[in-house]
Amino acid sequence: MFENKQVIVLGERDGIAGPAIAACVVSAGGQVAYASTECFV
Amino acid sequence: MDLNSQETIKRLADEHGTEHLLVILGAPDDESAEIAAETVVLGDPTYAGALAEAQLGLSVYHALEDEFRSLIDDDVWEEQIGIMSDVLDAEAISKAVKGMRDQKP
Repeated sequence: MFENKQVIVLGERDGIAGPAIAACVVSAGGQVAYASTECFV
Repeated sequence: MDLNSQETIKRLADEHGTEHLLVILGAPDDESAEIAAETVVLGDPTYAGALAEAQLGLSVYHALEDEFRSLIDDDVWEEQIGIMSDVLDAEAISKAVKGMRDQKP
């Protein structure tokens, strides 16, 4: 899934936060190009 | 989706090519997951951001989908995602995001 890919992480405050997803991606050998934690109000 | 995120995604698509991008979502429910997936596949449905009418057709998964989960070490998963995987409706979210992947142009 991560091979030759730049990963865009779009986390959400009420769901799963961006840094948590990014940590998972990096631990599996993926490259994170952008990570955010959005907040829908 | 946040307007800054849309601008960044558009720039990354220009820089790397859409085939080299992968989007992972952390949305809390099926509705917001579907809107986020729609934005990176078919374009911003609100026509407010840089991805309006941009049919990027990006590969998109939610963090709770099996395709993503299966790649992550159990200890890392537990530490980072942990209880949220029990709280959120993974089945409904997965169905919504897959539905958008299937509409990839």
